[in-house]
Amino acid sequence: MTELDEYRGRKPAWCPGCGNFAILKTLKETLGEIQLRPHQLTIVSGIGQAGKLPHYLRCNTFNGLHGRALPVATGIRLVNPEMVVIAVTGDGDCYGEGGNHLIHAIRRNVNISLFVHNNQIYGLTKGQASPTSVESLTTKTQPFGVLSEPLNPIALAIALDCSFVARGYAGDTEYLKYLMKEAVLHKGFALLDILQPCITFNKINTYQWYSERIYRLEEGYNPSDRINAFQIALQWGDKIPTGIIYKRDKPTMEEKIPVLTEGPLVRQPFRMDKIVREIENLIP
Amino acid sequence: MDYTIKIGGEAGQGLQTIGGILAKVFVKHGFFLFSHQEYMSRIRGGHNFYQLRFSDSPIMCSKAEVDILVALNLETIELHKAKLSRYGMVVYDSKVTKKRFHSEEFLDVPFKEIALREGGTPLMENTVATGAVLGMLGMDMRSYEETLKEVFKKKGDEIVSKNLSAAKAGYEYAVTNCLKCRFTVPRREPPSRMILINGNEAIGLGALFSGCRFYSAYPMTPSTGIMNYIASRAAEYGIVVEQAEDEISAINMALGASFAGVRAMTGSSGGGFALMVEGLSLGAITETPIVIAEVQRPGPATGLPTRTEQADLLFVLYTGHGEFPRVVFVPGTPEQAFYLTNKAFNLAEKYQIPAILLSDQYLADSQWTMMPFDTERLKYKDYRLRGKRLKNVDIYKRHLFTDNGVSPLAVPGDSEHLVVTDSDEHDEEGHMIEDAETRAKMVNKRIFKKLALIREEISPPTVYGDKTPETVLICWGSTYGVVKEVVDELSAEQSIAMMHFSEVYPFPDTAANDYLQILKKAKRTICIENNATGQFAYLLKAETGFIPSDKINRYDGRPFVLEELLEAVKSRTAQEVT
Ligand SMILES: Cc1ncc(C[n+]2csc(CCOP(=O)(O)OP(=O)(O)O)c2C)c(N)n1
Ligand SMILES: [Mg+2]
Repeated sequence: MTELDEYRGRKPAWCPGCGNFAILKTLKETLGEIQLRPHQLTIVSGIGQAGKLPHYLRCNTFNGLHGRALPVATGIRLVNPEMVVIAVTGDGDCYGEGGNHLIHAIRRNVNISLFVHNNQIYGLTKGQASPTSVESLTTKTQPFGVLSEPLNPIALAIALDCSFVARGYAGDTEYLKYLMKEAVLHKGFALLDILQPCITFNKINTYQWYSERIYRLEEGYNPSDRINAFQIALQWGDKIPTGIIYKRDKPTMEEKIPVLTEGPLVRQPFRMDKIVREIENLIP
Repeated sequence: MDYTIKIGGEAGQGLQTIGGILAKVFVKHGFFLFSHQEYMSRIRGGHNFYQLRFSDSPIMCSKAEVDILVALNLETIELHKAKLSRYGMVVYDSKVTKKRFHSEEFLDVPFKEIALREGGTPLMENTVATGAVLGMLGMDMRSYEETLKEVFKKKGDEIVSKNLSAAKAGYEYAVTNCLKCRFTVPRREPPSRMILINGNEAIGLGALFSGCRFYSAYPMTPSTGIMNYIASRAAEYGIVVEQAEDEISAINMALGASFAGVRAMTGSSGGGFALMVEGLSLGAITETPIVIAEVQRPGPATGLPTRTEQADLLFVLYTGHGEFPRVVFVPGTPEQAFYLTNKAFNLAEKYQIPAILLSDQYLADSQWTMMPFDTERLKYKDYRLRGKRLKNVDIYKRHLFTDNGVSPLAVPGDSEHLVVTDSDEHDEEGHMIEDAETRAKMVNKRIFKKLALIREEISPPTVYGDKTPETVLICWGSTYGVVKEVVDELSAEQSIAMMHFSEVYPFPDTAANDYLQILKKAKRTICIENNATGQFAYLLKAETGFIPSDKINRYDGRPFVLEELLEAVKSRTAQEVT
């Protein structure tokens, strides 16, 4: 059995030509290359086209609610820091419905890799604007065009001093694999925003649109310079940077929780006899 | 002997210090104690009180009449003087109230002045006041001194000795000056070593004893005490406690922890639980065990944040989109709260369902003396498939169809078997499906197969009083104590009993225990509830068809107290039944 076979899951129900296929294939290759066995990984996903991803490979899976992947991922890591946890979400899922969780997951710095399939649209619900949609987009629910300004997730994450902030592109899978690998191997919360064409509903941000704009950060780029990273994060339009834009090593929440120094809670036995004195203590 | 002491004042004046210390002292003396607190939703100012009742026989509710009113401000006197008992006394400091009262039920003790003289700071006025109360009661100082030493030990010898002299001075002042005090408190050898515990602590303690390893919540009165309690023991017993960014996150984190393989819990009050509802439904379809404490306060919306009500019963029973089983327990005492928390953890894990503990502010904040809980009565069984046992399984499917509807609950990462679940409808392996046949089978598994078994685990109501009662007082949750005392008071004059429900969903099976016969044979059945609409009466009718003949409801945000409920019941039982 080759490594990739080990990850083969069910047949995807995405539209032919969808950017998700490339992301899925790249993820399988990444996992194979870093020699992570399926049972050592849990993917937590939300709801949307992106959220279906874990069904299409083999790993432990919690496909939860729309917007709520990060809290579930956090709960898993806090009781079992030996489990590798990847959260897979859509842009609506993570930046809209789950926006509050994103902010606080970054603050907690739990060792989770978050992959946001950012197609700048709501795919599964058929083409409404997402928080990252461009202002000129008109849809059935935004007949006068999008009236809000798009969210810049990269700038947001850097503002919050997120320990790993990267952007990839589904049309550049070689680089995407590198970014996925770095994100998974990074110790701490890692945001990887993956630009992904939605061929059915997003007629603005097409493969061609992205290809004309996307570039890789040059070799030698220093991701630890926060101010510079912030400037890079503000680039959007004619040129869109991809790569590890910001990175800072710092202790994770798991490392700061005293009870976890004795190993994962899932493997710490429960001893009722130790607690009995709590009843004695209630006698005044 | 049965005395009530009410300490009233502003938030921040130290009511809880006086109340907490007095409670300990009375219990150390061997008395039964019941205390409850009413406070405003503010940190300073306003009007709060702490009420303690102690007796040489068991007690379990508050009374309206007050024997000693400790007034830390003028407002306390104005608000509560009318409730003084026949020989009741008010103790106060006229320098603080800026008003002197001359009638004989007032004892003016210069709390501040004594504190300054003995302790060097007016901050010890509470120590003085507590000493004065004990002096008025004619009790000895032994237990009080012991308690002060325990409480102030950490602050050093000097603080301890200053507090001791302030206490003694307050005590002696009262002994010398309270010529009208006629309290007689018998000397008592402690009959047994009783514990002192409130409802929130009992739930927290129950969680510890049930092997809870993860608690996530967002602060909300009156549920925060559970989180405080568990957090204070987290380091010792290996528990992770995380304050979530909101209640949606809280329940999803707990579900993540449970999926990963530990027992997990969350808690809130009605408003926070409302935010958790989608997560409740997620727990149900993913069959992830979860325990949720909902400590009620009056709604709607923010309502009365620090007051009490039993108005979320139907909400917790019926909330959540879709159809799924759950259990709902409504403890009436800290003891019930402790054992039912344990039962909630066991049933949640055994059947892989959400289990809800529904409490309220009154139970959460009232302290009871009780016999130490018997840990032999607790159940702990690890229903999860983990380690070697999991490795030995040939094929693993998270949502396997089985005869009883319960699928093996494996710990991800413990073996090469994969654990897959989904908030979408799924097949046995946990992958999303849409076909009609699998859907129907999953619904049958989750609801019909499991629910029938869960129902068998549910205990019938507690019946107390006359065996063939003419009048039955039907109640649930935190009204247990007051209703039981009403029955005690009236038993000599009339045929009366209490029927208290502490496990309300699935509703106790009448085939297994025909408690309905008692209701049907009674002349009068009064459903007593701390809400406006009679939610339990509605549930009883929906589940059994039985309609109580009468109702007593209180919905002003306050709990029932003994005399008032007694009068209300008497006025009903005095009427002819038509
Ligand atoms: C609480 C809730 N609200 C709304 C929905 C409906 N819904 C499902 S997916 C989705 C948005 C999908 O967009 P995105 O997250 O960007 O994922 P994509 O399909 O584009 O990958 C919405 C609104 C839902 N499932 N749950
Ligand atoms: Mg999208």
